[in-house]
Amino acid sequence: MLHHTVLRVVSKLLIPVIMLFALYVQFHGDYSPGGGFQAGVIFAAAIILYALLFGLDNTLEVLPPDLLQWTAALGVLIFAGVGIDTVLMGGNFLDYNRLAADGPAGQHLGIFLVELGVGITVTSVMLLLYYAFAGRNPGK
Amino acid sequence: MIEPVIDILLLAFMIVIALAVVRMRDLFGVAMLFSLFSLLSAGVFTVMDAADVAFTEAAVGAGISTILMLATLTRTARRERPRAKGVPILPLTVVFITGALLVFGTSDLPRLGDPDAPIHQHVADRYLQRSGEEIGIPNVVTSVLASYRGYDTLGETAVIFTAGIAVIALLGLRRRRPRQERKTDGRDALGETTVMPTAGMADERVPGRPEKGGDG
Amino acid sequence: MRFFELYNYQIAIFLAMIGFYVLVSRGNLVKKVAGLSMFQTSVFILYISMGFVQGGTVPILVDGGRIYSNPLPHVLILTAIVVGVATMAVALALVIRIKEAYDTVEEDEIHEQDRSF
Repeated sequence: MLHHTVLRVVSKLLIPVIMLFALYVQFHGDYSPGGGFQAGVIFAAAIILYALLFGLDNTLEVLPPDLLQWTAALGVLIFAGVGIDTVLMGGNFLDYNRLAADGPAGQHLGIFLVELGVGITVTSVMLLLYYAFAGRNPGK
Repeated sequence: MIEPVIDILLLAFMIVIALAVVRMRDLFGVAMLFSLFSLLSAGVFTVMDAADVAFTEAAVGAGISTILMLATLTRTARRERPRAKGVPILPLTVVFITGALLVFGTSDLPRLGDPDAPIHQHVADRYLQRSGEEIGIPNVVTSVLASYRGYDTLGETAVIFTAGIAVIALLGLRRRRPRQERKTDGRDALGETTVMPTAGMADERVPGRPEKGGDG
Repeated sequence: MRFFELYNYQIAIFLAMIGFYVLVSRGNLVKKVAGLSMFQTSVFILYISMGFVQGGTVPILVDGGRIYSNPLPHVLILTAIVVGVATMAVALALVIRIKEAYDTVEEDEIHEQDRSF
């Protein structure tokens, strides 16, 4: 147990910082390298670090897989929903100009929502992959 | 001036790692070298001015890919079985012919970094010129990914979702065990559920594990 | 043949061929998947090298004119990387199930069991 103490203490300091960085990358993707995919993977990496050190059962309590299955579908739904919304507004599918009064404002809103959907789906799916692999009984 | 030097150096490291992966029989070493390969390729992408791609490759290749491969290795064999003696003629011939054809095929490409190459003339030029006023965000890769080519990104998100469903259908998810059952198990939360085995411990006995999920 | 101006492409093809050799000549399924993924990464290097512009910079718009590297290969390879990891996850899940069904991950032993079935 002693050799895990250092890891546990350091990770308790690091995991919130990693999550904050993931949110930064998600929303700052317009001005610097970043966006939905990178942010989703970094957020999932923070949770996986927690699962490696504190056990899979504790992680299943924090983020149950049923919730993650819902959010994985929710991300794709947000993306497709933005597309259908633009069709209902009279434009083409995923034509963001229709979402707001003028062109660039609509594009900003559309890109924001779309990247949010992508980030939510990528986080959920990466975590579900980890749950499926790590929850498998070894040597069965 | 120094860019080609760094580029060649990183690619040379990658060649050494690739050759080591061919020879190495210890699969944990192969997983670690594979992760290092991804990280070095992220370095090459940075030298080639591809910041978004390097970011994604470092996070996905050196992060998620390595974790999944290590998780697979703890559930399958640790060492590769030694292969039969002798030089494998047929694979080497196939690989050599394919490589020669590819080198011949790429010999007509424009010089590396040529600004007048045809690839830079048509659509990419239009995106770079008009992205500022049409979309108004500085990062052109995000604007192309989310707006100009947003339909492809929708398909990509659907592919990720499908892969998640496929893995759940293949492996199933473990249901969370209630706290009482975990306390009386005789093992702490760390000993039974970490993906990486502790060094030197070969066996992973699992008494009292519940049935895993996988039913509908 | 103009070799020294195209060194990135040749080295990327060489790396891809090493990954291809691992895929074709080794019998262990996990190593095959690793070789395939190395092949994929080398192809990404090939594409990104095509988008490189001498004297250019990262395609993030700054005030004042500048030459930028071509953003289109970046977008395509971004998609390809994430799709690649998704398919690799499915491949590894299949390897785990094969191990549980056949008790081995060596290709010839699997064929042997299938033949004697």
